[in-house]
Amino acid sequence: MSDPSRSRTAVDPDQGPPDPPAKGKRMAAPGTRTSEEKSTRRPAAGKADTTRVLAVPKGRTGAARILLGRDAIMIYVLVVVVLYASLVIPRFASPVTVGFLLLDVIPTLLIALPMTLVIISGEIDLSVASIAGLTSALMGVLWQGGMPIALVLVICVLAGLVAGAFNGVLIAYLGLPSLAVTIGTLALFRGLALVVIGDNAVANFPPGLTSFFTSKIGGTGIPTVMVGVVVLIVAFAVVLHFTPFGRGLFALGYSKEAATFVGIDVARSKFLLYLATGTVSAFAGIYWTLRYSSARSDNASGLELAVIAAVLLGGVSIFGGKGSIPGVLAGVLLIGTINYALKLDRVSEVVLIIVTGSLLILSVVAPNIAAAVQRARHARQVRAAPLP
Amino acid sequence: MSLDGTVGAAPAHPTAPHSRPSALANLLRLRELPVILALVVLVAVTAALNPLFLSEQGIKDLLLNATILMILAVGQTLVIITRNIDLSVGSILGLVAFGTGSIFVAAPNLPIIAVFVLGMLFGAVLGALNGLLITIAKVPALVITLGTLYIFRGVNNAWAGGTQYFAGDRPEAFGNLSVDTVLGFPVITLIAVVVVAIVAVYMLGTRPGRDLYAIGSDPDAARLFGIPVTRRVLLAFVVNGLLAGLAGVLYASRFNSVGATTGSGLELDVVAAAVVGGVAIFGGSGTVVGAAIGALLLTTITSALTALRVDKFWQQAIVGILILAAVVIDRLASVRAARKLRMLEARNV
Repeated sequence: MSDPSRSRTAVDPDQGPPDPPAKGKRMAAPGTRTSEEKSTRRPAAGKADTTRVLAVPKGRTGAARILLGRDAIMIYVLVVVVLYASLVIPRFASPVTVGFLLLDVIPTLLIALPMTLVIISGEIDLSVASIAGLTSALMGVLWQGGMPIALVLVICVLAGLVAGAFNGVLIAYLGLPSLAVTIGTLALFRGLALVVIGDNAVANFPPGLTSFFTSKIGGTGIPTVMVGVVVLIVAFAVVLHFTPFGRGLFALGYSKEAATFVGIDVARSKFLLYLATGTVSAFAGIYWTLRYSSARSDNASGLELAVIAAVLLGGVSIFGGKGSIPGVLAGVLLIGTINYALKLDRVSEVVLIIVTGSLLILSVVAPNIAAAVQRARHARQVRAAPLP
Repeated sequence: MSLDGTVGAAPAHPTAPHSRPSALANLLRLRELPVILALVVLVAVTAALNPLFLSEQGIKDLLLNATILMILAVGQTLVIITRNIDLSVGSILGLVAFGTGSIFVAAPNLPIIAVFVLGMLFGAVLGALNGLLITIAKVPALVITLGTLYIFRGVNNAWAGGTQYFAGDRPEAFGNLSVDTVLGFPVITLIAVVVVAIVAVYMLGTRPGRDLYAIGSDPDAARLFGIPVTRRVLLAFVVNGLLAGLAGVLYASRFNSVGATTGSGLELDVVAAAVVGGVAIFGGSGTVVGAAIGALLLTTITSALTALRVDKFWQQAIVGILILAAVVIDRLASVRAARKLRMLEARNV
């Protein structure tokens, strides 16, 4: 609903019956100047006669909007789950839990950030896990080839950037459908990973580096790499929620045409997003390699669907135009926490994906049912309201 | 649109017969043409370099390998044409394949045809679950089937645990379906061909089939036109589940073992086969025959690379390039079609 209509409907119901001048205009004979003047001076009131909304679904504002919004609900659910698990499951509330839980979710968390932006802008990227795999394979081969590790890392990040740019050119500048393109690059990049490293595995990375990636900050159990992850989270949150570019992505997700007309460079925005997914996927690939201290072609395979599941659970609309970084963080951590808690509770890991799937379906079906109920109530209100 | 068999032959613009293209032009505009050409070139080049590729056994292997992906691609095409997608087919196949193994262990004397019926019913129920969630809750298919991909796979894991059923657990006649040939074709491939033919005729010549295209082109217009969109979309998902169930039963016949991870990761191959076969990912165009040929092409590449002694690691990268090429070709075709339509409209005014 646009702003003018909102302000009108907000004022009018308080005014009670429609203004006399407005009615006068319609009923009076053509010569009566006074009423016509009055009505032209008050165009809003004159219009209200025909466009008045009978029952207004009240939008929340201010604090209520934040505290009852979709993101907030996800965060409440997360808090409740964490509290429940801490109370009920032995050994859950400990620094060890924090450490392993975070180490496990970091790849998903990393890729979820740019994926949020991509899905908000109305596109999708299925090739992220393959880019991570390609980076991992490249890393193994280059390191084994005797290259200094710093240079290896730089090349890996560049490879991710190039892979992202490849997606970006096809989708943003050639206008190809992202779903189809990234299914293609999903196979292509994973295939290139196979070409690079074959079925070998490289494991002899510098011990200092691998132990750094699993090290914790003091006794808190929080992995040291979380510092970098948090920096990225803040960066993506600021870009999405507090810059014109980020706000433009929401507009883009709602309507490409409208976004073009308000001056958003649609192609460039999309291209940048795919650069971001490529680069962050490379980070995730590097993290994966060093955390498990193993470079293989099938590293992180299947992660793309886990990431998308977490992002959608976090309240991002698959149609674009809706979502937020805090909601996605809650979504990722919720899946991570439930899985970890159930694992501690001796539920088999392979069965746990039922939980992920059910959460995902529930998270999209529940709001729709709520909306249907609200629509039905609204319709009842409209029918019950007396005709003016 | 009428229900008699002439629907496919009717000109698109009955009022302007002069704009009816010639047969050759029609052939050149065929969406399946690129994939057919690619397949022919691939087979010709491979056969020229390695004559064994087209030996009787070679052809039989090619067809056997393509069978399951073909059936899945046909089902997926129905769903994609309605502007939906089903990512859960790999998991459905896994569940049904494991179910088939379990049936043979629990009731070894059940006739094979009954096992087929049970498997397809099981698949149809799973497909209906997808379809109901999507049509009633009005939630995007991508999300729902991503969810059911996990749920079905999780159920499969919980059910199977570490159990696997091997070739010895099933009756010999069932396993022979993938060994015996009729007129040089393996029996299960003939089943796939029959499926392709039935669904192709259904899509081409029946009202519900044509409705699916209309829904994919513009769901709102289809609804205004009076097409029961919900029922048709549900139908597409049920048929897709049914075919995934059939593929699951055939999988149990074709492969040595079925277990908890059977068919995982297959969903993207299936979508890839459909895309390569000229099915537009946003619905409204494409044919099941194209998708089936796409599936044949994707599986043939694997065998061709082996026959050509190309490093097997290149296979997946080449599949990726093929998908991208298919998407680009589709884009070019639609740009050309749009320009032609514009010209036509300009002339009519």
